[in-house]
Amino acid sequence: MSAGVDLDHVCADFGTFRAVDHVAVNIRPGEFFSFLGPSGCGKTTILRMISGFISPSQGVIRIGGKDMKGQRPNQRPTALIFQNLALFPLMPVWENIAFGLEVRGVDRHKRRARAEELLQLVDLPDAADKAIAQLSGGQKQRVAIARALAVEPQVMLLDEPLSALDLKLRQHMRAELRAIQKRTGVTFIYITHDQGEALAMSDRVGVMSQGRLQQVADPREIYNNPANGFVASFVGENNIFTGDIQGTEGDLARFATASGTFTARLGPAVTQGMKARLFLRPEHVRLAPGSGGANSIPVEVTDVAFEGNFISIHARDAGGQVLLAEARNDGATAVPAPGERLHFTFDGQNAVILTGDTAARDADT
Amino acid sequence: MKDLLNRYGLLLTTVFAVLTGFWILVLVVLPNIYLFEHSFKPYLPVAELGGPKDVYSLDNYLTFFRSPIHISVFVWTVVYSALVTVICFLIAYPLAYYLSKVSARALLPTIFLLLFIPLWVSEVLRSFAWFIILALKGPLNASLLGLGIIEDPVRWISGFRGVIIGLVYTYVLFMLFPLYNAIQSLDTNQIEAAEDLGAPWWRTHWRVILPHAKPGIASGSVMVFMLSAGSILVPTLLASTNSRWFTEIIQQWMFESQDWNTGSAYAFLLLILCTVFVSVVMRVFRVKLSDIAK
Ligand SMILES: Nc1ncnc2c1ncn2[C@@H]1O[C@H](COP(=O)(O)OP(=O)(O)O)[C@@H](O)[C@H]1O
Ligand SMILES: [Mg+2]
Repeated sequence: MSAGVDLDHVCADFGTFRAVDHVAVNIRPGEFFSFLGPSGCGKTTILRMISGFISPSQGVIRIGGKDMKGQRPNQRPTALIFQNLALFPLMPVWENIAFGLEVRGVDRHKRRARAEELLQLVDLPDAADKAIAQLSGGQKQRVAIARALAVEPQVMLLDEPLSALDLKLRQHMRAELRAIQKRTGVTFIYITHDQGEALAMSDRVGVMSQGRLQQVADPREIYNNPANGFVASFVGENNIFTGDIQGTEGDLARFATASGTFTARLGPAVTQGMKARLFLRPEHVRLAPGSGGANSIPVEVTDVAFEGNFISIHARDAGGQVLLAEARNDGATAVPAPGERLHFTFDGQNAVILTGDTAARDADT
Repeated sequence: MKDLLNRYGLLLTTVFAVLTGFWILVLVVLPNIYLFEHSFKPYLPVAELGGPKDVYSLDNYLTFFRSPIHISVFVWTVVYSALVTVICFLIAYPLAYYLSKVSARALLPTIFLLLFIPLWVSEVLRSFAWFIILALKGPLNASLLGLGIIEDPVRWISGFRGVIIGLVYTYVLFMLFPLYNAIQSLDTNQIEAAEDLGAPWWRTHWRVILPHAKPGIASGSVMVFMLSAGSILVPTLLASTNSRWFTEIIQQWMFESQDWNTGSAYAFLLLILCTVFVSVVMRVFRVKLSDIAK
């Protein structure tokens, strides 16, 4: 029914350019696994290798334990949902869905019945005889999912399938996709540059940068305990301080920066002498009048933006660094006004010292 | 038009417009109107022109329908033009597919140049070249004999064989380019999607690529068919004793019998009947005229 996918130190080269670099991960049967990373980091290339359109230049891909080397896409137990869906515009909806069955020699009557069933599953009844051009973006999405499910794949591969939809529909389809995955039990390998999507839908997430897998973990772990500076900065917002580790005690360290010296948690495999940065999530920042003692920075509030469920507060410290804090809009928290002088304080357990480059901030493109 | 005015100024624009108008009107429209009118008049000695016999009638057109030989030549012309069209398609489709979806982008300009170069040579010369290539003691037979593929020289130019080879060669590019355009506009993801869903290559072609290319196939086919049926050079130069093409009959009326009136009638018949044939075929394959124009 569903199969695991092992990527065993897989590489992909285009000429001298290495698009995928020793990616190693075991995706479990029935898992919803996402590859998350900025545009151009090699996500599509990984998917095309799993589906068989490109062969890895090194490494082995196994599906259900079976080495896929030499297997054409039409021989693999996978179904790919393309970034642009690639529905067949000259066939009506039901023929699109039944195409995989047609290929397998299923008779017309049964094909039609199965297509109708799948249309029920993706919540699109009565669309069987419509033309593809008559459908809305979200409906096309559902047809593409139904078409892929029709061949009863053991592994479903999805290449940023929601990126063309508007926000509301995207959020709705997230839940829908997740539900379909649970109902069918098929292994889903999902690709996205949208961290919200990856965190909300996945059992596990693999964060990628420049062809390399940076961290594989469940969404909470990715967000709360990022493995390095790239993961921390790509997933979620941060206040980032550059500086030096002064001394360590247990899993905490003293970190000297231009804004002051702070106590923070040491990230995995970070030791004194390494080039490192301190990462602090805006929601872990408290703004308080008066000095807060340790881990406290005097700031002046520059901007207060009302975001609905939370309030985003921009402030500047004495050195000119812009800092970001978030306050819940629960009525209990006092909202500062621009120009107010406050202290920016945080708990050392909530700040982490990590190595590695940070992600360029183009995650929304 | 405004664009032209800005670019070339009033004088040059006017000159261009007048020249183009002159060309279309005097060299294309007027002669055709003249021939059309005369196709309804009897062929008379000069003395009787304007006399009581000089009246409009359908006699010239009926001459065709009263001549079983001419009808049979017409039918064979249509049949062999259709065959030429099919052969052109069979050659051009794989090539167009290869050029648009398989070959490396960087190679395309070179390949297209190589395809175009033969077009720079006049059709007469190219037809003569084939006449030489296909000759009984020509290079084709010599090569095939040399390679041991055949034991006796083949009489290539016999029946309609020479004409078909010549027409295919002459018009195959008119099939290639519309096909190339059509296939090229197909999203490659659709081909991959079909394969991903388990389709073998032939089914991908049958269900995805060919349907998408249909307008290109239609316009290529109409061009090749009409050009072949209306061709005079190739059927004359590569003719055998028993390969009469309908255009040769028109030529006979006009230049051997000096009867331009009946010749014109035959020429218009060729146009009309071929158009009818093409429309019927298009109806059968469910192609709309608007598809072709796209
Ligand atoms: N066919 C190809 N030829 C050359 N370079 C390619 C090809 N496909 C992808 N690349 C390059 O490989 C890198 C990764 O591409 P891709 O896997 O599409 O990234 P993503 O899907 O993460 O945006 C990009 O830098 C891209 O330019
Ligand atoms: Mg991509």
